[in-house]
Amino acid sequence: MEKRYIKDRLRRSMMFVPGNNPGMITDARIYGADSIMFDLEDSVAYTEKDTARFLVHNALKTLDFGKKEIVVRINDLSSGLGVRDLEAIIPAGVHVVRLPKTDSAQDVIDCEREIARIEAKHNIPVGATGMMAAIESANGVLNAREIAHASDRLIGVALGAEDYVTDLKTTRADGIELLFARSMILNAARSAGIAALDTVYSDVNNDEGFLEEVSLIRKLGFDGKSVINPRQIEPLHRAFIPSEKDLRKAYAIMDAIAEANARGSGVASIKGKMIDKPVVIRAQRLIALAEADNVVEED
Amino acid sequence: MELKKTAAAGTMESGDILITIEPRTEGGVTLELSSSVLQQYGRQIEAVIRETLAGLEIPHAAVRAVDKGALDCTVRARVSAAACRAAERENETWEAK
Repeated sequence: MEKRYIKDRLRRSMMFVPGNNPGMITDARIYGADSIMFDLEDSVAYTEKDTARFLVHNALKTLDFGKKEIVVRINDLSSGLGVRDLEAIIPAGVHVVRLPKTDSAQDVIDCEREIARIEAKHNIPVGATGMMAAIESANGVLNAREIAHASDRLIGVALGAEDYVTDLKTTRADGIELLFARSMILNAARSAGIAALDTVYSDVNNDEGFLEEVSLIRKLGFDGKSVINPRQIEPLHRAFIPSEKDLRKAYAIMDAIAEANARGSGVASIKGKMIDKPVVIRAQRLIALAEADNVVEED
Repeated sequence: MELKKTAAAGTMESGDILITIEPRTEGGVTLELSSSVLQQYGRQIEAVIRETLAGLEIPHAAVRAVDKGALDCTVRARVSAAACRAAERENETWEAK
């Protein structure tokens, strides 16, 4: 079956685009985000939900977004709007549906059932559309593992921090307030073999704060981050590019392993330090990230 | 689709088009179009509006359109949304790509 989504791909940046703004929808292609996320939820006023649905439906059917991943954030199913959103975007060819306010595995299962029903109705292979779950509550964080394992369609789990900190009775601060949620979501994602996406950094004029947050989430192990302003994309991508020194080291590791294998040995060392499997896996990932970045730049 | 009331969709922002549809029982579709790119794209915009209304089976309507450089897909979206609002119904026939 041909799927519309690629499970394992570069997702350093996922750019929010309000679903009721034609100018921003059209321009979304030019900013270099790895994924574009058209939003039918919070950025669209309740009275414009119907018009946004038409706009995103027609844009998905008509505009050429090249190789970018196209995500649509729907309204949650309990609002009664989510199913109507799905009816509009599944036939239009969305790659990945972003489910907001995911509190439990059942939320994912319910959404998947609706997606499958709509796919079948339009003769789209059932399973073609991907999903991702945004976790935005204490309940969701505590259920992160079950959520991440709830469907084969899931490409990743994301943290939605604004609702989450409100649920925790705190506010966004230096990041310490999100440490538990980020760690839970990251471990849940890795346990399911899917991507972990961090929340938005909403103070778009604070470049320093943004870079500090990016550095933190990269160290934790996140694949990328949601962004709300195109100017955050370039510094975000730059932060994910491996340094020359790290890249040189990674290539040296891979060369040493290749030489050892050629000798018929599975054991290699550099400057007396043994190279074991985790070291090789990290080197492979680093090289893949650098190569993926080059491919994207060339596009 | 049967129109029941006058309704609008869209905005006056750049890249958008504001469509107002008024029900008529006869006289076909009348169109009043203003656009900053009327000379170059007026015919194209009119064709998309008429085509979209025909697709929705709306033979009679008075349409006012204020275009701010909308792409065809935006024109289609705004006409469809205004028509559904005028018909007081949800769209139930989303077509596949």
